[in-house]
Amino acid sequence: MSEDVAIIGIGIHPFGRHDSTGMEQGAHAAREALKDAGCEWSDVQYAFGGSSAAGNADTMVSTLGLTGLPFINVANGCATGGSSLISAYNALNAGAADIVMAIGFDKHPKGAFDPDPASFGLGQWYGDTGLMLTTQFFGMKIQRYMHQYGISPSTLAKVAVKNFENGSKNPNAWRRKPMTEEEVLNSLMLSNPLTQYMFCSPGEGGVALVLARGEVAKKYTKKPVYLRSAVLRSRPFGSFEVFNSWLSPDRGDSPSVGAAAAAFKMADMCPDDIDIAQLQDTESGAEIMHMAETGFCKDGEQEDMIQSGETRLDGRLPINTDGGCLANGEPIGASGLRQVYESALQLRGDAGDHQVPKKIRTAFTHVYGAPGISACTVLSN
Amino acid sequence: MTTQVPVAPELFTWPSDQPQLIGTHFPESGVTVFPQAKACPRTASQNGERVLLPRRGTLWSWTIQGFLPKSPPYAGPETPATFKPYGVGYIQLGDQVIVESRLTTANPDDLKIGMEMELVIIPFNKDDDGNEVVTYAFAPVKK
Repeated sequence: MSEDVAIIGIGIHPFGRHDSTGMEQGAHAAREALKDAGCEWSDVQYAFGGSSAAGNADTMVSTLGLTGLPFINVANGCATGGSSLISAYNALNAGAADIVMAIGFDKHPKGAFDPDPASFGLGQWYGDTGLMLTTQFFGMKIQRYMHQYGISPSTLAKVAVKNFENGSKNPNAWRRKPMTEEEVLNSLMLSNPLTQYMFCSPGEGGVALVLARGEVAKKYTKKPVYLRSAVLRSRPFGSFEVFNSWLSPDRGDSPSVGAAAAAFKMADMCPDDIDIAQLQDTESGAEIMHMAETGFCKDGEQEDMIQSGETRLDGRLPINTDGGCLANGEPIGASGLRQVYESALQLRGDAGDHQVPKKIRTAFTHVYGAPGISACTVLSN
Repeated sequence: MTTQVPVAPELFTWPSDQPQLIGTHFPESGVTVFPQAKACPRTASQNGERVLLPRRGTLWSWTIQGFLPKSPPYAGPETPATFKPYGVGYIQLGDQVIVESRLTTANPDDLKIGMEMELVIIPFNKDDDGNEVVTYAFAPVKK
């Protein structure tokens, strides 16, 4: 396995609702990551970062230091963090720098996203007539999946219960109150079959990672976490995505299938080799479907896996160990990097109350978002 | 009598007793898209033909929009006080295409994947000139 790229420092600004700007939360995460790596901003030779709604990441140099480094703004929807990370990975592999930072942050107003039809290549009528809601897509995708593969509403609720429980043990999470299955099932029905507490909310937060070429990593840390692969895919023909006014009856795979397979191939690993996974849980059905799309089980096996607790912190394959999007909310630019932050924290054994009890060596992350993009990574000690 | 105008002229045939959605069929790939598009998403071919889609199909998936969407982009006339949930679904029209649509029912008990559905044109809003703006929806076929 390649040890070409290592994560030597991780930093986070707690997720949730804050008075500070998104940019300030990103800069806070950057300072924390530098402190964790034991290096200075002036040691960073390249930076990639972005937000969806909180400004240009490169503006941050005015608070971090005007060192003249190349800083590239990344804007790639829900895969903004993943794309920054892939850019950092490629820059290190290309020999463009020895130390690189990837930063993601965001700050969204309360409530569902309100996208502009034209920016997604759609006619105004699509937004006018009330079809342009991501929540509808998630409801309809899991509705059909439950019909095809026998997933129960109880299993949907158990995913949320697990993630809120994990979040209650994570000091950086937003939603820290555990919930019962009944509370989740009986909360407001937002988009059948998904209730209020099965959905994550747009939120705020920031994450930064300091990455280094493998051969210099040990100078900075005794516990480097290696980034074995980082892959991004857009949608193939026949996938089912947000904001599709039509679908082909000739159904195909989601972009998560291709991204995960490529990430495993690049890392020379398979899903059975993975000890913990962070899978996009925009809502609880997404986590269930992504388990199969990323190769951790076959369609329908999730019902037994989740009912028997296999994906809990103490289970065979802990999923969303920090509480996922459900407990952390979704600041778009930061979300993908949060998963990598959490994976590194777990692999180092530094996750405290939410550390998984079993000994772990490998981790997998997966983000998914509009308009049909997925970014995956494989990490290991 | 108020004049009825479609929310977008390219979506469906109107006025008509038997309205149909208008798509584009790309003969080289066999792909049909809705609404009309210039390029085939499978082959990038630009040799598309305007095609009228079947008026009946089967329910492929569905949900109920349970809260008032943000405006913009939503342009419905409702207020938080008057809002009533509405159904949204995908309807498979033969083996041609699956289209997304509002549904005429918001009762989960009325909706089953695989059931037969039919296109209808429904009032949606009023425009500044007092015309009734209409859009397309699918309704369960009455047995």
